Amino acid sequence: MLQSAVFTVIVAILGLLTISPLFWMVSGALKGQDEQYSFRLIPQNPTLENFHYVFTALPFARYMANSFFVAGVVTIIALWFHSMAAYALARLRFPGRDFLFLVIFSTLLVSLPVILVPLFILVRELHMLNSYAGLIVPAIFNAFGIFLLRQFYLGIPQELEEAAIVDGAGYWRVYWNIILPLSKPILAALAVFFFLANWNSFLWPLTITTDQSKWMVQIAIASFQQQYASSQNYIMAASVVVALPTMLLFFFFQRQLVESIKTSGFK
Amino acid sequence: MTRNVDESTIVAGRLVREGQPAKPRLSRKHREWIAAALFLLPDALGLFVFLGIPMVLSLSMGFFDVSGFGQYTWVGLRNYREMFNDQLFLQSLKASAIYVVVLVPAIYCVGLGLALLVKQRIPFVGIFRGMFFLPYVISLVVIGLVWQFMLVDQLGVVNQLLANVGITGKSWLGDPKFALGTVLFVSVWFLMGYYMIIFLAGLQEIPREFYEAARLDGANSFQTFWGITIPLLKPTSFFVLLISTVTAVAGSQGFDLVYIMTKGGPANSTSLVVFYVYQQAFQYSHYGYAAAMASFLVVTLLILTTLLFIGTKGGRFDFD
Repeated sequence: MLQSAVFTVIVAILGLLTISPLFWMVSGALKGQDEQYSFRLIPQNPTLENFHYVFTALPFARYMANSFFVAGVVTIIALWFHSMAAYALARLRFPGRDFLFLVIFSTLLVSLPVILVPLFILVRELHMLNSYAGLIVPAIFNAFGIFLLRQFYLGIPQELEEAAIVDGAGYWRVYWNIILPLSKPILAALAVFFFLANWNSFLWPLTITTDQSKWMVQIAIASFQQQYASSQNYIMAASVVVALPTMLLFFFFQRQLVESIKTSGFK
Repeated sequence: MTRNVDESTIVAGRLVREGQPAKPRLSRKHREWIAAALFLLPDALGLFVFLGIPMVLSLSMGFFDVSGFGQYTWVGLRNYREMFNDQLFLQSLKASAIYVVVLVPAIYCVGLGLALLVKQRIPFVGIFRGMFFLPYVISLVVIGLVWQFMLVDQLGVVNQLLANVGITGKSWLGDPKFALGTVLFVSVWFLMGYYMIIFLAGLQEIPREFYEAARLDGANSFQTFWGITIPLLKPTSFFVLLISTVTAVAGSQGFDLVYIMTKGGPANSTSLVVFYVYQQAFQYSHYGYAAAMASFLVVTLLILTTLLFIGTKGGRFDFD
């Protein structure tokens, strides 16, 4: 009993240590300019002035809107395309299916930094630099979602679909009326995952957007860094604003997020 | 042709329902092929254009000199020869090598350690899991900014805390001796929650009976860990090693953290290859040279993952 209590306390301390930088971020965001490097966690004169400044002195709302738009559109289209591809890979019989799956699966090992330069040149040739299309389209395609959905579809019973096919339903109707409704839980998990990844993505938007009106929020706060090097209070306030949507998503969808990561570990 | 009665009535029924004259219909098999092709088309096309083509280009562009206006000149192996005479590239290779060699084992140990901690039945365990996982959902830009804020020389909270216990603060991001270590530390802090979840899933797959039997046989926890947990965790271990190797060699977290926290400095000590590739391409417009270095990363990754597959007999770790 005592042993278990001591153990719990140790884990609790480790947990608090892990998230302590985030407390410090919030604390820094609530401190005034003169207090920015003070050693207390609770500010002496807490203020919301920093948040006010971030939203009024800079077009921060615009950057947030860009991020919401890009991350939202990528998420919706990716879920749609990936669920179609996964349905075909899990349920339809056609020659070369396993090989195709292997090829798609192997692209999991390709990361953005490795293909960044040719992808940039390709997108430039397509005249998509500094455009929403350039931010959205290349971000849609990744094998992770296809893989996870395929694993999920392999695990659900086939009887319903077979009955529908016997009744004369086409493959589209099976996908739309049976497969999609059944995949709500995994789609919810993936939606959270995709939205987070795209909200947080930095390298790709950094590479293709020089026009400030197309900046996503991560690019904006990275540029604050140079502009406000001596005003950490503004930088921390902006950081809180940027981190908040992802933390909220995490609090509300923790279970789904964790489930989708767990599934990715099994093969 | 033999055709049973049921099938012909279905066909007849369909003809009547659709009110069409009989015309040659595709067989069920061919309709399935066409459906599959249509379902796969958007993703297959997208993956081909935005992943396949860049992948092929990244392996071939290194043989060209690419000007900022898109002019390609064949230069053979010149970019590759230049790479190995470029002190900055060799330095970034060294930084990346250290990053990989430290990060992969560190992630393995920390991830597994945390998973073992939060597997226990203790109160609030769900909250603790959430705490360890939380850094992973936050953007690396924010993470870089926050850690930089905490690590500022003298004024930063980390050095103030250390001063309170009588340790002289260090220039964590400004001293070439510490900067890469600091980037590594923050990388582990960011990634550990993800690997904790993967390990937790693996641990939960191990049947409880194994542990009970071992306890009845009088095994201590050290023995059960090496005798049961580690051997039965092999598939998970393989997955973790594979993904963490790719992440360490070419993941964008390395780029993001370096870009925000150090810009590759001090004295190029944190200039990971992924960062140097970006600099060469987008600050100096040396696209061909950057692509040559990126293809070097691809080859490194291929070698490392092949070694991993061979070393573990295709991920099964069957050594007997």
